[in-house]
Amino acid sequence: MGAEGPKAQVMDERDMERTLTRIAHEIVEANGGSGSVAMVGIVRRGSEIAELLADEIESIEGTRPPVGSLDISFYRDDVARSIQPVLHATDIPFAVDGRDIVLVDDVLYTGRTIRSALDAIMDFGRPKTVQLAVVVDRGHRELPIRADYVGKNVPSSSEEDVRVCLGRTDGRMAVEIWEGKEA
Amino acid sequence: MLIRGARAIDPARGLDATVDVLIDGKRIAMVAEGIEAEGHEAIDGAGKVLVPGLVDMHVHFRDPGYEYKEDISTGVRAAAKGGFSDVATMPNTDPVTDTGTSVRYQIDRGIEEGKTRVRPIGALTRGEKGEALAEIGDMTLAGAVGFSDDGHGVQSAGMMRTCMAYVSQFDRVVIAHSEVETLTKNGVVNEGRASTRLGMFGWPALGEELEIMRDIELCRLTGCPLHVAHISTARSLELVRQAKADGLPVTCEVTPHHLFLTEEDITDAYQTNLKMNPPLRTPDDAEALIEGLVDGSIDCVVTDHAPHAKHEKDCEFEIAAFGTIGLETSLPLMLTNLVRPNRLSWRRLVEAMALTPRKILRLPEVGIFEGSVADLTLIDPEASFTVDRDYLESKSQNSAFMGAHLTGRPMELFVSGRHVLSAGEVVA
Amino acid sequence: MALSVKHLLDTTSLTADDITQILDTGRSFAEVNSRAIKKVPALRGRTIVNLFLEPSTRTRSSFELAEKRLSADSLNMGGSTSSVVKGESLADTIQTISAMNVDMFVCRASLAGTPHLITENTDAVVINAGDGKHQHPTQAMLDLYTIREHFGRLDGLKVAIVGDLSHSRVAGSLVPALKTMGATPILVGPPTFQVADPAFWGVEQTADLDAVIPEVDVVYLLRVQLERMEGAAIPSKREYNRLYGVDERRRRLMRPGSIICHPGPMNRGMEIMHEVADSPQAKVLDQVTAGVATRMAAMYLLLGGESDAY
Repeated sequence: MGAEGPKAQVMDERDMERTLTRIAHEIVEANGGSGSVAMVGIVRRGSEIAELLADEIESIEGTRPPVGSLDISFYRDDVARSIQPVLHATDIPFAVDGRDIVLVDDVLYTGRTIRSALDAIMDFGRPKTVQLAVVVDRGHRELPIRADYVGKNVPSSSEEDVRVCLGRTDGRMAVEIWEGKEA
Repeated sequence: MLIRGARAIDPARGLDATVDVLIDGKRIAMVAEGIEAEGHEAIDGAGKVLVPGLVDMHVHFRDPGYEYKEDISTGVRAAAKGGFSDVATMPNTDPVTDTGTSVRYQIDRGIEEGKTRVRPIGALTRGEKGEALAEIGDMTLAGAVGFSDDGHGVQSAGMMRTCMAYVSQFDRVVIAHSEVETLTKNGVVNEGRASTRLGMFGWPALGEELEIMRDIELCRLTGCPLHVAHISTARSLELVRQAKADGLPVTCEVTPHHLFLTEEDITDAYQTNLKMNPPLRTPDDAEALIEGLVDGSIDCVVTDHAPHAKHEKDCEFEIAAFGTIGLETSLPLMLTNLVRPNRLSWRRLVEAMALTPRKILRLPEVGIFEGSVADLTLIDPEASFTVDRDYLESKSQNSAFMGAHLTGRPMELFVSGRHVLSAGEVVA
Repeated sequence: MALSVKHLLDTTSLTADDITQILDTGRSFAEVNSRAIKKVPALRGRTIVNLFLEPSTRTRSSFELAEKRLSADSLNMGGSTSSVVKGESLADTIQTISAMNVDMFVCRASLAGTPHLITENTDAVVINAGDGKHQHPTQAMLDLYTIREHFGRLDGLKVAIVGDLSHSRVAGSLVPALKTMGATPILVGPPTFQVADPAFWGVEQTADLDAVIPEVDVVYLLRVQLERMEGAAIPSKREYNRLYGVDERRRRLMRPGSIICHPGPMNRGMEIMHEVADSPQAKVLDQVTAGVATRMAAMYLLLGGESDAY
């Protein structure tokens, strides 16, 4: 059913660029600069957004925070129900101890991915804080988790699929609503 | 008892015609068309084939010693189900059948059962140990029909020479299980593709062929008739062919499993019912054996009926027991795989399964003629069935052909005029 | 996406996609194994029975570590093959353990086909940790992993497998797996160690090690069971070492960039000399490291793959 195209576009490329710039400013402001901040993107789209945010922070602060990527496959609580090939190894090329870790993901939905990511990041050490940045918060939380930085709240039905498209992954920048559950 | 309108085939008499056959008491009273027999029970033989009672000259009834696998009571039921009027039992019982008394025991048990006749084969050496001659003369007088250390070969050439020289004074055949054990040690499947693919020790073709070469030369030396048991390779057959061409008294037999199964049938499921000694060989070997049976180089078909209890087969392949049962499926397999496709004539089938084994075992001639002992098997060549637990009569169920769909089976069997198989069921 | 097989019994049933998936997932687990906290909750709550019917310290340790790092609950059991004399048959043993609701059996056995027999007596997933002379698929996976990490590929590589070929489950698994991945195995050993039908595997077999060594990318040395073979298939350790052992002279014959593998434990002074075993070309310890990661991958993919089981 994906062939017919999106039901609606919520953000275009310009909107997304503005949003990422804003979130970068909020991160710098909330942390009193970027000295102790490190970005950890949740693969796959979170990793690309983390890189974009790091670029923005660099243009604000002059230094680029370190960026890591986190594959949470091994931490999911639904392994028995759906298994994905694991091709995106976790890569966190810095010590997390004492840092302000900003977890980055594209869409915040049930919160289960973030729960897994919190478990995973704790296996790397003891960060000072863990914060969460997402491009879209679409509601329907099943766990007590909230984001510190939100690009846009998109109220959606659980029968819909909210997609964040990114240049490197999808060849375009946009947030779209598609009919039907995520494939 | 009158068998009416069956196609009667007796190659020894040149008979292949639709006739009526009247049985009176133990013997055939009349063979003719249109017999009027008031007061006689009649069986409709239309569309069926009547042949002299089948003989399987290589079975294991495990009695005495291993009655949990099979005993003479269940063994003769399996034989009757398969259409056999006579079976020859191998001596690897416990104790080994190596005395006149133990031969007599089996014959008497067979008579008590009153179905298929049990014709014991005596051991060549005491305890089948290959060390000292058994009381071959005593066993001959008690009724042994041949001599063999089946289960393994007589490893020492000198001992085998002594055995054959000794047997040559009696009118009996030496039946050789051909296996050079130093070549086949630990072997459980054919050496070659199967051993490579399955990761198990191989049982090389040469392990059989080398011993056949030796025994043929001992036959030449001693003059003792030699019958090569369950040949399994193309080269074994060539050796027998050459011996026959040399005029030596050499015969041989083949099993349905070596004709119709190959090493390729053993898959990664490690089916223990396909573990045989000798092992299943290559498709080329099986094809050569079929040709040998068709052209008469192979004298007869035997089952090597080898019952084993479930716990001896429901285990790892390498430690599972060797062998398959076969009495109930032998004739149906031959009919389905060779006679129906017109590869084997009815005449050759009757020779290989009824007439020739009697000659090799020096049994009295029977046939479809007036005055003959009434050993008769009536076959329905069109009856289709599935090999399942209900079909089998043996105490053990280790059939390599379990689940096979076959066409053609024995329906009636008379042994000395006694009706022991009726409408395909063993008469209680 | 999951593996195309329910159990890991042999490498002949695996597709190239299956093998690639195990190796790729193994990479992710290698990353986990390099962390300070080498543990993920991927198989939390799953029960794995290590049924070792034949002693094996190395393989069992590797599996045990892999299970612990996946957070599975594991149980080690010894045992014996089916035997009327010893009492319980293997089928009974498996049914008994299965009745305790286990998710996976990891089985090592001295008899070929034992893991398949286990699958017939349980609903649990079975991994073959070596069955007689037949197969040892996780060994092949760690070997392929090690080779692929070094060369960046498997396709087109030539691999000499040297030693006791006919009694080797390692060769039995490695040869078909290499073929599936586009590599070319060449079997090398004395005629008394050669396999009966190399054509079945579609490989060449030779006794001339010196002719093969300069032609290959990997020299894979098999362990020779000296205690069983001396006098039976080879005359002595000394003679085997002279004819088939890799020493400094033979190492120098190898191609630049080529590597030496060995499944361990090595017989130093027999199939391999000290100076070679300790050279950077020998990847023996890399193989051991890869063993934990690839076994984690296999268990994760097999237990995760039971999509709609409950």
